[in-house]
Amino acid sequence: MRVLPAVASFGPAAPEEILRPARPWFIALSLAVGLSANIVPFSGVAMALRPDFLALVLLYWCIQEPRQVGVGTAWLAGLVMDVADATVFGQHALAYAVLAFAAGYFRRRVLRFPLWQQAAQVAVLLLVCAGLVLVVRYVGGAALPSWTYVAPPLVGALLWPLLSVLLQAPQRPRRGSRS
Amino acid sequence: MRPIPVDPPAFFNRGPSPFARLVFFGLLSLVLLFTDTRYRYLEHVRGAVAVALYPLQRALLAPGLAIGYFARYIASKSDLADANAALEHELAVNAPAVQGYGNERRENAQLRELLALRKQYGGAAIAAQVLYTGRDPFSQKLYIDRGTSDGVEAGDGVIDDTGVVGQVTRVLPRLAEVTLITDREQAVPVKVERSGARSVMFGSGTGRAPELRFTAPSADLRAGDRLVTSGIDGTYPAGLAVAVVTEVAKSPGEMFARIACRPLAGVDRSEYLLVLARPRVASPPPQEDSAAAAPARKGARARAPRG
Repeated sequence: MRVLPAVASFGPAAPEEILRPARPWFIALSLAVGLSANIVPFSGVAMALRPDFLALVLLYWCIQEPRQVGVGTAWLAGLVMDVADATVFGQHALAYAVLAFAAGYFRRRVLRFPLWQQAAQVAVLLLVCAGLVLVVRYVGGAALPSWTYVAPPLVGALLWPLLSVLLQAPQRPRRGSRS
Repeated sequence: MRPIPVDPPAFFNRGPSPFARLVFFGLLSLVLLFTDTRYRYLEHVRGAVAVALYPLQRALLAPGLAIGYFARYIASKSDLADANAALEHELAVNAPAVQGYGNERRENAQLRELLALRKQYGGAAIAAQVLYTGRDPFSQKLYIDRGTSDGVEAGDGVIDDTGVVGQVTRVLPRLAEVTLITDREQAVPVKVERSGARSVMFGSGTGRAPELRFTAPSADLRAGDRLVTSGIDGTYPAGLAVAVVTEVAKSPGEMFARIACRPLAGVDRSEYLLVLARPRVASPPPQEDSAAAAPARKGARARAPRG
């Protein structure tokens, strides 16, 4: 532990560890990176499995920093995503707003669990979000997609532990600063 | 006596409750959804945000393009030799057809003029490259690297070297969205090459074969028939290959036959496409015949290598 402090500190934060508040620019940067990851062109299997990175990042901040990222931010991010994906205006916006609200509602409960069990709850939230998009598009007259439609939310849930560790890394108290 | 203030101190004030926010933004989303699907008022907003996002999109394309370039660069010499041999063979096989083509085209042009047929296609053809495919699982779209600055307009037909790919549905300065013929909202007027029977091919969405709807069971159609554009919509010039009929199911109880097709173009594979810009003047006046014929010939020459 002493020898490799950087490596030892990489991993999920212990429950008793108190995270420092996230800096606004870091939140903005992570959202921009999430948007970029959504825009990166893929094809074939990779595209069928590609999770919604922006939704994941939004979900993380809605759970960790509800005072800074909430329904309004999520809604705006959804509008940008609607343009980037050339989908109907309001489709992602509505889904992200509902996602942000659900995250704020369940955040205290989600945070009590270890990361792998958090991932299961995140999967449910993401599936609800995807289902909402499905309903909106189906009412709008689109054809039902194939069963692979449920793959991206599940892949997103699998990425949740990794994403949590990455996004909470800058907020963890530094060992050296105490002495 | 002064009244005691009852408002909570500022640090307890968190604004509207999350539920109130959800209701507000949810309703706003529904209004947007409705206006966008019904009236398309918001195209300017969409265009502005899309232009802002464009540099980011181009930057994110760069790694993939670099990998592709590098992969092509290190393709082994034997691969290239094989490809060269195959191409030369193909050239030899096609030589008679190519040599006869010019002659036939001249005869055809003469016959058309004799019949006083209106020039079906006088626009320019714009070569384009596919940037990326759409990410929306509900629709079949792709994006090409030509836009309004190159003369592409919404409604232009798009083909590749084997057939019709789709139609331009939205144009930005250096980017255009092409809706594929397999999309659920696309319809292509076609006719059967063998019998001349006319029909309309409708896309069926992701993973499903396009079909000819509203075709009587008595229509002269068989599995294996080639469908070409009939040209009556003014979007696609007549005679472009569209699809092959794969299945004709006629059941006595139904009014229409169920006819499934397979697109001939590499709708989901082609990398290079051709946008068929429509002629700017629909029907030129007769006295400008010689002037109007020049751009038409230019368009024909641009399309000649594609066959």
